[in-house]
Amino acid sequence: MIHFHQVSKRYPGGYEALNRLNFELQRGEMVFLTGHSGAGKSTVLKLITLLERASSGQIIVNGQNLSALGNRRIPYLRRSIGMVFQSHRLLNDHTVFDNVALPLVIAGLGAAEIGRRVRAALDKVGLLNKEKLYPLVLSGGEQQRVGIARAVVNKPPLLLADEPTGNLDPELSREIMKLFQQFNQFGVTVLIASHDVSLIESLSQRMLTLKNGRLTSDSKAHEESLRQQ
Amino acid sequence: MKNLFGSSRRRTGATLVARESLQRLSEQPEARPSAPAPRRRFGAFILLHLQVFVATLGQLSRTPIATLMTAAVIGIALALPAGLYAVLSPIQAHSTQWHDERQISVFLKPGISDAQAGALADRLRTLPGVSQVKLISRSQGLEEMRKQSGFAEALAMLDENPLPALLVVYPTPPPAGTSPAQAVTELLTTLRVLPEADAVQFDMQWLRRLEGILRVVERGVTLLAGLLALGVLLIVSNTLRLAILSRREEIEIIKLIGATDAFIRRPFLYLGLGYGLLGGVIAWALVMLALGLLRGPIEQLARLYSSDFQLIHLSLTGSLVLLSLGGALGLFGALLAVHRHLAAIEPM
Repeated sequence: MIHFHQVSKRYPGGYEALNRLNFELQRGEMVFLTGHSGAGKSTVLKLITLLERASSGQIIVNGQNLSALGNRRIPYLRRSIGMVFQSHRLLNDHTVFDNVALPLVIAGLGAAEIGRRVRAALDKVGLLNKEKLYPLVLSGGEQQRVGIARAVVNKPPLLLADEPTGNLDPELSREIMKLFQQFNQFGVTVLIASHDVSLIESLSQRMLTLKNGRLTSDSKAHEESLRQQ
Repeated sequence: MKNLFGSSRRRTGATLVARESLQRLSEQPEARPSAPAPRRRFGAFILLHLQVFVATLGQLSRTPIATLMTAAVIGIALALPAGLYAVLSPIQAHSTQWHDERQISVFLKPGISDAQAGALADRLRTLPGVSQVKLISRSQGLEEMRKQSGFAEALAMLDENPLPALLVVYPTPPPAGTSPAQAVTELLTTLRVLPEADAVQFDMQWLRRLEGILRVVERGVTLLAGLLALGVLLIVSNTLRLAILSRREEIEIIKLIGATDAFIRRPFLYLGLGYGLLGGVIAWALVMLALGLLRGPIEQLARLYSSDFQLIHLSLTGSLVLLSLGGALGLFGALLAVHRHLAAIEPM
């Protein structure tokens, strides 16, 4: 689903965010990307969604070579990726319903189809009764669930989350993570960047650890190497 | 500014439908094609634009004062050249009409009787280059003056007719290829040396001057119109720049979600079009009002010149041109702003 091969990202000024990074995510996997802030977690997510382009190396997402993808095709790439942000990035002057409907409106779906899908997504995150409210009257956890509903409403095969529990208490964080696990069980490939190591470890999923733009550990590779011994 | 992007809000049988579609959501995710979606049907395309247009109107009506103020600035800028054109074009039409009636007035000496004048007229008709000669006798002249100029009382007080007899000479139109001025000049010299002639007046002179003045004024109005059009462009562009910047966050988010540039651009282009059209309507109303106020005095003035001066007005075509000009300038201004500022907004 995601394939990084010798990917480097240098910013103007010489700062190297990623240094010849290699990793691979299979379709249907759920993987945590962890490391200290500045280790390159966000950069990985930005490269996958083409918010930024890699300086060198090859990235393949959902069978597409991103370096060969023209700028005009970027919107269509992003429609196949659900994105969840630490700061939610909701439209505060739109209702919950309208926020979740946005990806479908962009895709040009009809009103009836939009209504069905939005309610299905809101039901999934447990906010069906709040569709007429505005994001600012919701709690942080609820806002994040609206963000998740928006990310999954057009059924993308890939879900990315950048510190989705960054502003939430442990209890809410666990619920949010559980939600991601549920989507993963439905076959969605999930990649979550998070520095909350204690939470991640309790979930026993594959974990990639970055440090200074390099991959320092891959729990799956580690298990495989243990198995080989 | 809700629903700028026209999201739907219909809610019917929410829970029931949701249950059913939960099933769908739980299915394997679709392998979504990353290539651009297949071309939508034309009807759906029209519907989409209609939705955005209606949403734009809704947005403009939510801030009526600000909208009206922007539109009024555009309207005033458009009304000025439009009004000047409306006044100028009938004057110009009139001056070309006069142009065709090139005529030479030969005022005869006071002592010449009407009979002598008639004989002279007959003689002049035989001259080469003369197509027609009209005699206005002294009494006819007096009668005409009494009718038209409102000097009736003053004239009545005079003992005798002070007016000379007048011969109006119409030159034949010169054959193609020869200079009209030369033929007329020759005729003028012949007429000037007539012993009966007191003064020979050729009306072309002041018509030419009027034409010259009109040409200068017309050029001035064109320049003014160009400058004001540029002004409208900048006003719309700046208004749209502010609209874009105030929605920066929203634009970033929908870019993140996968909105195409066309999708993001569309509501702003309609906004520009809306401002332009509204400005056009205001300009039209202003011109109509101004012409209405000017109508009375102009008619009086025209009557003094005993002219069948066509009432100045903005024709249907003129109105449509004004309206579409407003719309086009609005749209173009929006394009400028969108081109400059939307590209600069990239999600982080």
